[in-house]
Amino acid sequence: MLPPRPGVGFKPQHFQDLLDEPGPVAWLEIHAENYMGAGGRPLAQLRHLAERFPISVHGVGLSIGGEAGLDPDHLARLKALCDWVQPASFSEHLAWSSHAGVWFNDLLPLPYTGETLIRVAAHISHAQDLLGRRMLLENPSSYMTFPESDWPEVEFLREICRRAGCGLLLDVNNVQVSATNLGFDAMAYLAAYPIDLAEEIHLGGHRAEVDADGATVLVDSHGAPVAERVWQLYADVLRHGPRPTLIEWDNDVPEWATLCAEADRAGGMLEGS
Amino acid sequence: MKQTKLAAALLDPDSPLPARFAIHRNTVFHSLMAALEAGFPVTRRLVGADFFAETARIFLRQHPPRSPVLMLYGVDFPSFLQGFAPAQSLPYLPDLAALEQALRESYHAADLPAITAEAFAKLTPVQSLRLSPALRLVRSDWPIWAIWTAKGEGPLPPVDGTDVVILRPGFDPLPHPLPCGGGVFLASLLEGQSLGQALSDTPTTFNLTAVLTLLLRGNGVVCGA
Repeated sequence: MLPPRPGVGFKPQHFQDLLDEPGPVAWLEIHAENYMGAGGRPLAQLRHLAERFPISVHGVGLSIGGEAGLDPDHLARLKALCDWVQPASFSEHLAWSSHAGVWFNDLLPLPYTGETLIRVAAHISHAQDLLGRRMLLENPSSYMTFPESDWPEVEFLREICRRAGCGLLLDVNNVQVSATNLGFDAMAYLAAYPIDLAEEIHLGGHRAEVDADGATVLVDSHGAPVAERVWQLYADVLRHGPRPTLIEWDNDVPEWATLCAEADRAGGMLEGS
Repeated sequence: MKQTKLAAALLDPDSPLPARFAIHRNTVFHSLMAALEAGFPVTRRLVGADFFAETARIFLRQHPPRSPVLMLYGVDFPSFLQGFAPAQSLPYLPDLAALEQALRESYHAADLPAITAEAFAKLTPVQSLRLSPALRLVRSDWPIWAIWTAKGEGPLPPVDGTDVVILRPGFDPLPHPLPCGGGVFLASLLEGQSLGQALSDTPTTFNLTAVLTLLLRGNGVVCGA
């Protein structure tokens, strides 16, 4: 289990800063696919950090929501990584990313239907059985809905957990992004969300764009500070008690001090919760 | 909407899409473009950002990644450039891209302990050398080491041969120009030929000591037969 304190997404440029001055950072998250090479600096750094910090392995490549079965080669790579890192947590996304052998490098949306629910739950069970560990499933950032969707997202997540025995990762920024883009109330979403199943929280930055119709679209960019509205939602979530909380900043990665300040803010709120 | 239809539209800018799904098409394109820019920085610098973007745009549609492990995405880029008509005026470009791809492969290659001086001294001509998994040989008819080193600025540094060996003494791979005969010598060793056999393929002017010194300093020879 990860400690109910702040963590950050590890970036190689912060390696020395992190060792010298970890500040409030109590654990680290890595993207599994960046550590699937045979050796060299990435694996050496991870080996060093895993001896000092609890590690969360966060996958972006399993394509849990894909129509086809999970890629056995990728599952094997994931198992090899988890077996040596022995992460405190493993998480993936409610999304698909590959189709017919092509990898799109994005978290793509799926409709929420009885059919997709059965498939996603089966994929998670398969992955958990093979990896020999429980998975946390992250809610997506959405830009569109599918007309055939007949399950609300929170109910879809809850039912997947019931069937597959997995837990949840609550990305509060994704809730705000989806709420803005799809026009629902983020607070209502959080009120309906099965918070007791959430074992980790993600906070990240988004950017606002204006689409062709003049509507504001929030894009889950992970390239900015956490938005004030997201901090407010986070405070509301913490009423249910502290959870390990990650500051996610993957693009235009800032100086270590800037990242630490974000983690510090989360840490202060966690202590008060 | 079935994933087959959405997937096809992701790589085709002219394909109709639900309006907001275009945000994903944009992300797919930009993230793969970023992966190619990170992988081929010198190639990009030499051809310019616009030409590179146009080339990469065509490449990534024809050769999208086949794996979520993107660290080596672009393995087909050098051969793509070979057949890419707008790049024919820069005939060395495919080999330069191959050098950059090989640098990344070396960076992520397995770590094996270097051979000790004692073990190396005991080697005989009938034995083969076990070369490091991080060693890469890039053979070319063009001075790609000099082109890579100059990075489009200033005159090219002088160089004897045109073949390049990449060595990774620690975590950072570095390319080195090979003297005349070095390429054929290392190619033979990589095929598993003995030191004596590899040497017999080289020209009489081949400087064995220089190449062996280079290999040993760069941890290019590892333990074991």
